[in-house]
Amino acid sequence: MTTPRDDRRRSPDYSPLNWLLLLPVVIPLVPPLFNAVEPRLFGVPLFYWLQLAFIVLGVTTTTLVYRATRRNR
Amino acid sequence: MKTTEIVIFTILFLVVSGMGFLAARWRRPNDLASLNEWGLGGRSFGSWITWFLIGGDLYTAYTFVAVPALIFGAGAMGFYAVPYTVVVYPMVMLVLVRLWSVSHVHNLVTPADFVRVRFGSPTLALLVAITGIVATMPYIALQLIGIEAVLKTMGLTGDLPLIVAFAILAAYTYQSGLRAPALIAFVKDSLIYLVILVAIIYIPAKLGGMGSVFDAAKAKFDAAGSGGITLNANNQLQYVTLALGSALALFLYPHSVTGILASRNRNVIKRNMSALPAYSLLLGLIALLGYMAIAAGITPIGKDNNTIVPRLFDAMFPDWFAGVAFAAVGIGALVPAAIMSIAAANLFSRNIYKEYVNRNATAAQEATVSKVASLVVKVGAVLCILLIDPQFSIDLQLIGGVIILQTLPSVGLGLYTRWFHRGGLIAGWAAGMAAGMLLLYNISNPATDHAHFGGSAFPLAQLGFDTKITVYAGFLALIVNLVVAVLGTFVARAFRSSDGPDGTRPEDYFADQGDPRVHELETTAPAA
Repeated sequence: MTTPRDDRRRSPDYSPLNWLLLLPVVIPLVPPLFNAVEPRLFGVPLFYWLQLAFIVLGVTTTTLVYRATRRNR
Repeated sequence: MKTTEIVIFTILFLVVSGMGFLAARWRRPNDLASLNEWGLGGRSFGSWITWFLIGGDLYTAYTFVAVPALIFGAGAMGFYAVPYTVVVYPMVMLVLVRLWSVSHVHNLVTPADFVRVRFGSPTLALLVAITGIVATMPYIALQLIGIEAVLKTMGLTGDLPLIVAFAILAAYTYQSGLRAPALIAFVKDSLIYLVILVAIIYIPAKLGGMGSVFDAAKAKFDAAGSGGITLNANNQLQYVTLALGSALALFLYPHSVTGILASRNRNVIKRNMSALPAYSLLLGLIALLGYMAIAAGITPIGKDNNTIVPRLFDAMFPDWFAGVAFAAVGIGALVPAAIMSIAAANLFSRNIYKEYVNRNATAAQEATVSKVASLVVKVGAVLCILLIDPQFSIDLQLIGGVIILQTLPSVGLGLYTRWFHRGGLIAGWAAGMAAGMLLLYNISNPATDHAHFGGSAFPLAQLGFDTKITVYAGFLALIVNLVVAVLGTFVARAFRSSDGPDGTRPEDYFADQGDPRVHELETTAPAA
């Protein structure tokens, strides 16, 4: 169940993929990226559709990290 | 009175209440008389149940009513709920699995339990527990505002319907504990998804497409001279800090932690971090209902913007479907109200009753105290709404978000580091609370006729800066808290003040289901 910790400084939760999680935390908090009306998508201003699209970014990265780091029992 | 709507609403409400009572038998435990069973549903929920439970817990009826109301009144600023619920999951994913592990190894039920064992300080744990209770109480009261908005729109006035609804809720929570909201959440969320999908297709079609909806909103804000469908130069920082601050606060709320600890293993939590954003999408679509209300020329009942969404449904949908939509909001209030009252009650029984009143309390005594406390909490919430101006609850909830954030250094950072001294954390908490109150006190809002506590956007001009930029008050208070906690730790070390013992070991933070250190609960519930 628990993997032996041969490297004492590195936690068993560590994975290089964890860094991916920074993307969906940082990008949605940078207003210049999305604070505009044009281009619209189906009449919806950029401000709204792009921020909704960030949800996909969040789902993709958390899914990747989950799949890479899940523990098989 | 709108008979069709009321009949549909009542039928759905009664069906759900019946489920709440039957939930005590669901995944039947040998004995409900412990907090692991009553308060955490046997700690055995898999991915699906956890998804419905936490989704129903975090995305409350009040959220579904208040976010569109905010968009209706102020425009783009109200959309902060979307980045807030996007950034939160990747941010907390790795933190929550640590919390799950350490809580299972040490049999912890509340965030304050963790602080108690990590920093060896009953005082710090008490502060965290009280902060949690105080932040949660107005949140429960707000759920009543969600129900009230719906009842008002159906023409049901007076306090009786509200009291009946909450009495039923209190009764089945008392009997079934966390199993009740977990089971009801299935119905609540299915109804909400159905209603919103229909609304988001049907209503814009009737209003001439999304393009004209946004044009109507823009015209309204231009004419009013305030708000707008995008942010301006002065509120961008507020938008970002409010989204980030709210995200940092979300999983510090005791009811969120309850949902996490009720899950079966670490994989369930990680998986949910990528599944829960489905609710964020839903919330984003619901937010746009605020603009649709503008385009449809909807006016609130009185000055209560929270009636905007029910009024929109009432005007747009046929009566029977409006009844379904109202039931979705009404039932949507029950799930979080139940979980919040359970979480607040657990804080009381574990960190106040057991710590200070009866040190040798048995598991059964703990559960009994929690059950009674959950009733007291709900009665308190009803009284809050009935006796005091509801606006007071809204103000309190705003304060709640700021104060719960002040537990971040001890609960959130505490999961990663034991560097802080307990004295430093207590000083930081006190400083953060004081700063938060002071900042909120100095925010006025002419629109709601508030000289103080008028919102969460603190104008930096008040600190002497020559600017119109505003920033989230909770965020500033958290910075004060962190600075004082760090300085306090240095001071405590310099004076060799004694620090509490750390009851956890590094490997406790990685334990998973099946690990011999993780408490296996005796339950007849199937593992799958």
